[in-house]
Amino acid sequence: MALEARLAPRAAPAVLGRPRRRDPGAWLAYIALAAGTVAVAFPFYWMIVTALKSPIDLFDLRLVPSHPTLGNFTEVLTRTQFPRWFGNSLVVALITTLSVAFFDSLVGYTLAKLRFPGRGLIFVMILATLMIPTEMLVIPWYIMSSAFGWINTYWGIMFPGLISAFGIFLIRQFMSGVPDELLDAGRIDGVSEFGLYWRIALPQIKPAMAALCIFTFLGNWNAFLWPLIVIQTAHMRTLPVGIALFSGEAGSAWHLIMASSALAVLPVLAVFAVLQRQIIEGVTLTGLRG
Amino acid sequence: MPGLQLGTRRALWAYAFLLVPLAFFLAIRVAPAVSSLYISLHEWNVISPEKPFVGLRNFVTLSRDPKFAQAAVNTVRYVLAGIPVQLALGLAVAMLLRRINRFRGVFRALYFLPFVTPIVAASWVWQWMYSEQFGPLNQILVALGLPAQPFLRSPTQALYGVTAMVVWQYLGFQVVIFLAGLEAIPRAYYEAAQVDGASGWYLFRHITVPLLNPTLVFSAVYSTIVYLQLFTQVLNMTFGDQGGPLAGTLTMVLYVYQLGFQRFKMGEAAAATAVLFVAILAITLLQMRVLSRPVEY
Amino acid sequence: MRVVVAVLVAAIMLLSLAGTGTGQQRVSITYWQYFFESKVKLVDQLIKEFEAQNPGIQVVHENFPYDAYNQKVASAVPAGQGPDVINLFYGWVPLYVDSRYLQPLPADAFPPAQIEREFVPMIKNSKFDGKYWALPTAVRSLALFYNMDLLRAAGFGRAPVTWDEFVTMAERTTVRDSAGRITVEGFGISPDGQDHHLIREVLFRQWGVAPYSADGRRVTYATPKGAEALKWYTDLVTQRKVGVIGFFPGGSGYRDAFMAGRAAMIVDGSFAIASVRSRTKAAWGVAPLPRPSVGGEASNFGSYWVHGLTTRAQGPRREAAVKFLQFLVSEPVQRRWLESVGELPSRRSLINDPKLTADPIFGPFIQGLGYARATFFIDEVAQRQVIVDAVNEVVVNGKSPMQALQEAAAKEQKILDEFWAKRARK
Repeated sequence: MALEARLAPRAAPAVLGRPRRRDPGAWLAYIALAAGTVAVAFPFYWMIVTALKSPIDLFDLRLVPSHPTLGNFTEVLTRTQFPRWFGNSLVVALITTLSVAFFDSLVGYTLAKLRFPGRGLIFVMILATLMIPTEMLVIPWYIMSSAFGWINTYWGIMFPGLISAFGIFLIRQFMSGVPDELLDAGRIDGVSEFGLYWRIALPQIKPAMAALCIFTFLGNWNAFLWPLIVIQTAHMRTLPVGIALFSGEAGSAWHLIMASSALAVLPVLAVFAVLQRQIIEGVTLTGLRG
Repeated sequence: MPGLQLGTRRALWAYAFLLVPLAFFLAIRVAPAVSSLYISLHEWNVISPEKPFVGLRNFVTLSRDPKFAQAAVNTVRYVLAGIPVQLALGLAVAMLLRRINRFRGVFRALYFLPFVTPIVAASWVWQWMYSEQFGPLNQILVALGLPAQPFLRSPTQALYGVTAMVVWQYLGFQVVIFLAGLEAIPRAYYEAAQVDGASGWYLFRHITVPLLNPTLVFSAVYSTIVYLQLFTQVLNMTFGDQGGPLAGTLTMVLYVYQLGFQRFKMGEAAAATAVLFVAILAITLLQMRVLSRPVEY
Repeated sequence: MRVVVAVLVAAIMLLSLAGTGTGQQRVSITYWQYFFESKVKLVDQLIKEFEAQNPGIQVVHENFPYDAYNQKVASAVPAGQGPDVINLFYGWVPLYVDSRYLQPLPADAFPPAQIEREFVPMIKNSKFDGKYWALPTAVRSLALFYNMDLLRAAGFGRAPVTWDEFVTMAERTTVRDSAGRITVEGFGISPDGQDHHLIREVLFRQWGVAPYSADGRRVTYATPKGAEALKWYTDLVTQRKVGVIGFFPGGSGYRDAFMAGRAAMIVDGSFAIASVRSRTKAAWGVAPLPRPSVGGEASNFGSYWVHGLTTRAQGPRREAAVKFLQFLVSEPVQRRWLESVGELPSRRSLINDPKLTADPIFGPFIQGLGYARATFFIDEVAQRQVIVDAVNEVVVNGKSPMQALQEAAAKEQKILDEFWAKRARK
């Protein structure tokens, strides 16, 4: 594979973090990545360009707007309930992410590092919950919410997502790579079972935790079907539900959809920017074992 | 005997940790799934109070519906077309990102953009990209003297067109997972191998791939589960003629959604979901058995 | 453990289905409609006035994204939630009536004879078992939107009157690029837009075929004449090449193309007037749908969104809901609706207003209403798909129109048979 040839002689030093001048391997990597970026980011560019076009110019099929305008953004921010939707989404996404970060990592640790009867079965059962599409669960959830008075509340929007099987699966894989010796040493030192998880195992998997937080935040940020079903009033709407209002019987206001989508991306990018360092530069001393 | 007591204590702690999450899953996921199974045995019009028991009739109706078969075949096609490409590209980009020294953050953010772009907006742009009359893809083809392709307007090409969009969308996700996995491989292994004079290819094949196994397994299994339940992307990419043209892009979950939420036939929708669940479970267990490899040193 | 939880969930479901009514000093009723900015604003305003006129009643107005409206109702009902008065597409009424979700409008407040006198004839579609189940504030029909600038540039001074003129004008206004691809359509063809209504209620009838039997139970369009009509339509793409399916992406792509000046003519409903007005750069106009020949059969498809009374409205809530319903379909409200929302009123007195019939934009739609038919839909989503698939089979797969039509008829007949068989069992 050409890729591997490029990696051949210089692999070791680069991995060790000592940059070398005149590193042809790295230059090829830059070129490949840059070429890929054009393909990957082009749709996003088109989205921004459309957001900068006025409704009349929307379909002029130009890749650079002839009369760029911020009018769509001002309309979204001032003449719709966008700030409210944004705020609701933020609350829901943040709280859910925190809940998932805690519970999923605890369960992932338990499934990976503790021996107990039924471990395999429980893991498969949790995995199996991933295999039921949400679409089939929304009606029972709605019935539940209706019975308990959770309709149109933050709790109602959040409760199905507070613990996620995806996160448990992810953490379990990464936790299995934490050396048992570390945990045994901790036990000898008298660390409690919970402490083994909280103080020893958890710090070892910072990259995975960062990834989990990013994905959970993003998943909640973009969730549509369940919030749509459980929200009744205008002031509880989350972002995706609000943006759906720009589509109607007589077509969609694409200029507003693009503008609001562009704005909706910002918090996620912010979360990503903050956490991505953890994924790469997070200090790990572990080996990964299957 | 101290050993037994230790083991039992740890088991009890395990159950304690699992108590709340398991109760949660039982109430939120398992119970509704069981009730869904119950519904599949009834004629369950969502808004009607009468829901007579009909045994396996819903399943029989499904087996006679050509759209159900089409949805099943399509779903498998999505998996076979998309997963290998997604994994390979994700790994390639992750390794390239570790290879460079500057602008890492910028590149990472750029490759992550597709994953954060709201699906409604992304679908609209992709449909334009595929447009036979106006899209850049066809402009390139025509400039090269090749015939313009219908892409999303062709019942045979449309599925792959949607797959490309899904791969594009999940690339960032895949890259992040692989970056985390690659980061977790201790440099000590590479250094030791280098001391012995190992080449890049050797490093990749004998250190990277084996130690990446848990990550690879996770990626393959999870991505497959996602692809088998593909829905939102297909819905948004084919909004006027959902699942079309001529059911060319129809997936199982879209079929279920149309049946249950637009035509109110929840009994049949629940039956289709039951079939899908069994399929996903079987495929996942098979994957985990085949792919998981313990690593020796 | 699972069994216990399942039983609990089932029990909760049953309890919620039983429903509870709340007794309050002020009766509170809920009204649901889909989100459309001008409608929402107007209804909020109207509610204030209604509450002022009826101090004992409070109306809660909730609205939801249009694309997911049906899903919203689908989930609310099993939970025993939902409105007292619901706005729904007339095509859903048979399903809702059959599912016992709606209750008939009380005959004393809405005498059928009076309804038939005061409302446009089309609304007989919402009559079952001799009772009316819902009434509309507004109605809509189809017409031909045309781009005056494009037609003039091609040498035409007016809109087409016959289908032959239509084809000629479409051919002359179609523009192609150097590679032969269409860049401006003569006709913004769109089977999944309004064209499937066009085929069903206009083209079939104009070619001499009734799409369904008089009682609505049998599909009757799979005849040689029907195939001719379908062939005429699909030829627009395959032979005349005046349009491309999916020219602009999205369900409303044909309208987007028209507004962007890339389609010379489209068939669209009166509900699109406001959108077209605000986003079209070129000069545009509306004309009645063409016919096969100058004196030939005129036909149109009419439809409407109705307000229905749900079975949740009982006792004092029912009284309040009935009052609100009467208010919603009253003449003053319909007048306001026309002004603020731009949708045609459903009352004959208003529809026949000479000022309205003379209006260049509303006139053609009103003319169409005069002979419009509203298809008796059992399952609008599935029935629409049948026609869309038939068109695609001919255009994309090259099937013969007769074969495609026969397959479509078989599929649709199955849908109808299922519905009527279930009805017979009750």
